[in-house]
Amino acid sequence: MTSFDPYLAMRRFGTGLAAQSAPPADAGALLADLVGPDAVGTKYKVPSSALYRDLDAEIVRLRRAKRASENPAKIERFDAQTSAAKAQAGALQLAAVKARVARGVAAPIGFRERLEWFWADHFTVRSLGGISGRALSAFSNEAVRPHVTGRFADLLKAVVVEPLMLRSLDQDRSVGPNSPFAKRRGMGLNENYARELIELHTLGADGSYTQTDVVELARTLAGLTVSKGRFVWEKRRAEPGDKRVLGQVYGAAEDGLDDVFAVLEDLSTHPDTARHLARKLAVHFVSDTPDPGLMAHMAARYSASKGDLTALYAGMIEHPAAWDLAGNVKWPFEYLVSGIKALGVAPARILAAKRRDVRRGLMVPLRLMGQDYQRPVGPDGWAEEDAAWITPQGIAGRIQWAMNAPDALTERLPDPRDFLEHALGPTPPEAVRFAAFNAENQREGVGLILASAAFQRR
Amino acid sequence: MMDRRLFLNGVLGCSLAASPLVTPVTLASAPWDTRLVVLILRGAMDGLDVVQPYGDPALAKLRRTLLTGPENGALDLDGFYGLHPGLTGLKPLWDAGEIAFAHAVSTPYRDARSHFDGQDLLEAGTGMDVPRAARVDGWLNRLLQDVPGVHSKTTYAIGVDEMLVTRGAQEVSRWSPDARLRLSPQAQRLLELVYHDDPLFRDAALEAIDITQRLSEAPELAPVEDAPMMDGMVPAARGKTAARVAEFAAARLREDTRIAAFSVNGWDTHARQGTTMGRRLGGLANTIGILREDLGAEIWGKTAVLAMTEFGRTVRENGSKGTDHGTAGAMILAGGAIRGGKVYGDWPGLDDSALYQGRDLMPTRDVRAYAGWVMRSLFGLKASQIERRVFPGLDLGTDPGVVL
Repeated sequence: MTSFDPYLAMRRFGTGLAAQSAPPADAGALLADLVGPDAVGTKYKVPSSALYRDLDAEIVRLRRAKRASENPAKIERFDAQTSAAKAQAGALQLAAVKARVARGVAAPIGFRERLEWFWADHFTVRSLGGISGRALSAFSNEAVRPHVTGRFADLLKAVVVEPLMLRSLDQDRSVGPNSPFAKRRGMGLNENYARELIELHTLGADGSYTQTDVVELARTLAGLTVSKGRFVWEKRRAEPGDKRVLGQVYGAAEDGLDDVFAVLEDLSTHPDTARHLARKLAVHFVSDTPDPGLMAHMAARYSASKGDLTALYAGMIEHPAAWDLAGNVKWPFEYLVSGIKALGVAPARILAAKRRDVRRGLMVPLRLMGQDYQRPVGPDGWAEEDAAWITPQGIAGRIQWAMNAPDALTERLPDPRDFLEHALGPTPPEAVRFAAFNAENQREGVGLILASAAFQRR
Repeated sequence: MMDRRLFLNGVLGCSLAASPLVTPVTLASAPWDTRLVVLILRGAMDGLDVVQPYGDPALAKLRRTLLTGPENGALDLDGFYGLHPGLTGLKPLWDAGEIAFAHAVSTPYRDARSHFDGQDLLEAGTGMDVPRAARVDGWLNRLLQDVPGVHSKTTYAIGVDEMLVTRGAQEVSRWSPDARLRLSPQAQRLLELVYHDDPLFRDAALEAIDITQRLSEAPELAPVEDAPMMDGMVPAARGKTAARVAEFAAARLREDTRIAAFSVNGWDTHARQGTTMGRRLGGLANTIGILREDLGAEIWGKTAVLAMTEFGRTVRENGSKGTDHGTAGAMILAGGAIRGGKVYGDWPGLDDSALYQGRDLMPTRDVRAYAGWVMRSLFGLKASQIERRVFPGLDLGTDPGVVL
């Protein structure tokens, strides 16, 4: 078995190699990337969810004003203002995607970016109606990113009060059956979030729980809802009395939200959660079929630390099985970011890109590769199996991008002979070296390196 | 370290024809001979504008600027319904009995009128009783799960849109004609070398190149003399993405693919519907025209094309010369296997009291029942299979007789 390899570390745990980025010297340096201030996060701003909410409020205000007015000139002005607000929402979306790419490209290692992408997928939310309903990047940036290096319980607590999550999984339609609200409106529980919280977010579908636990958790969660785009705990929706989830009784807290947090604390340190998270992380970062010893070690480190995520990552990196050479296939977004980084594209150039460039260079290619940006099909997020991505259409999209995008992204294409080591490190596979040196022009040389399995695998 | 000379022999010495990357994909056999094409019309097509019940006196009052009926250019179908001028290019198909419509149809989706949820339910093929989280596969996929001899090429999902209708445990193929893998001979040889030791990449790239090549050869593969002759049909327009999607579907269906599914988008006509609708319908007519031309008389004769949308639109025109999200709408059925020249369905009427929630066309039949009967006739499925597996909870009801 091999162990820590600085170049593999960049591909497997970061956003890839680049001439301008020095790889970490050892496992400690890789983990140190997660300690200290979030430099690229501070430098490249993702628009906040408050901005989306403000636009929603503005549109509601304009609609009311329009309805109340009979003056054609005013109505026309309200329409123009509404269109302007919608255009601003589009600008926020564009700024967000550019910032996310710039962060991945500018990050020397990029472990934090990869973790944000991983956990945002773990907590998949859907694109919903209204302007706030599209603030997926803000959700990822505000609820996920600050917590990826802390305790898992804190990540769960940050997510459970997110309007997008509550709406995505119908929690805003769930009401305690014996609550005052249910008695008036005749509504009841919606188990969707409770089930996904157990099946996807914590214990895993093969965890030791019963349907009763799901219902009891749904009774505990009743009260979490969304009002005017913001999270609120509505006491009149909460289910009175005790709830028994996985043998623990909740319901004594003065504020029902404290019961929710208490159950999340307990779920976060459950042995099944340790196993589920270890497995999921290893499947994502290391292999579709990870070494059982690796997963057991990760779960043990996580449990010993009482649910600390950095301990979980350390458990992965320090284990020799995390350094097996055959790696997973990169997700399309990750592939594009790592390609742009390897090409040495300046973040300023990314931030200056026009909407059309982003559509042609990123959105359309991502769709062809099977990863419609921020629109996974179900709450379980994007597929992990390599075979789900390397389909005939998926590979065509990837090779097409590899052959054509570098020219549009750079002033001058790099010399394939230099680019080879910038992109793949000092010991690229011999076949890729041969292809890079024997391509009939620079464009194809660079394209073949980016299209190689060695570059497409993490 | 590998031997450099080995590469030279292996890469530059081999001729392109002998390259494993261009070996044609072996064609497997097909479980049946009839063909089904499912078009998902995303955005909610206004069935009342496409198949206009001009014989209902209420229509003209509800639609003030959206002109209806034969006196405004619609093709009179049967003295009650008129066909939107955008589809009149398909008149020869109507006359030949190769196109039909089903009116006042809907999925079980009610009241919320969201495109996302409506399409989700249409493609899942379930009732509202199945929660969204449990709608993990599409009805075309569940259909395949019960048929022996099905392989990944039996069904093709085409285009860049996610086709939930084909998603599920049975493997289906997927391709977008916008994806092309065209490489210089040298780049192709070098790519072959680069992928040599990674079967996953090698096999997928092989097939992508093969599909692209067959696409570029497609015009020669579709002999024009085989196209079904029909007086008055204008030759289909080629070149645009939508045309390439239909061409690709037809090319696959001529081989061992039996089911093709793709999206035809742009039906969300909230404003200036008069202009948009004609253009969209022209595109749809062209899609059907390409399928017919490229499939050739024999295969078109055993083909059913079903065009379905997530819901209909409001019966009343809105303030911006368009229509808003509604409930019941229309379905289009075309192909040589269809008993055409007829508008199917019970007409609910447009009087205030006949409307759904006072605003939408009242559904009189589940759109899945038509699709179910087509599959029953086309593929010989049992009614119980359709009602339990393909469309769980559906009551197929009586046979409308849409398939010859």
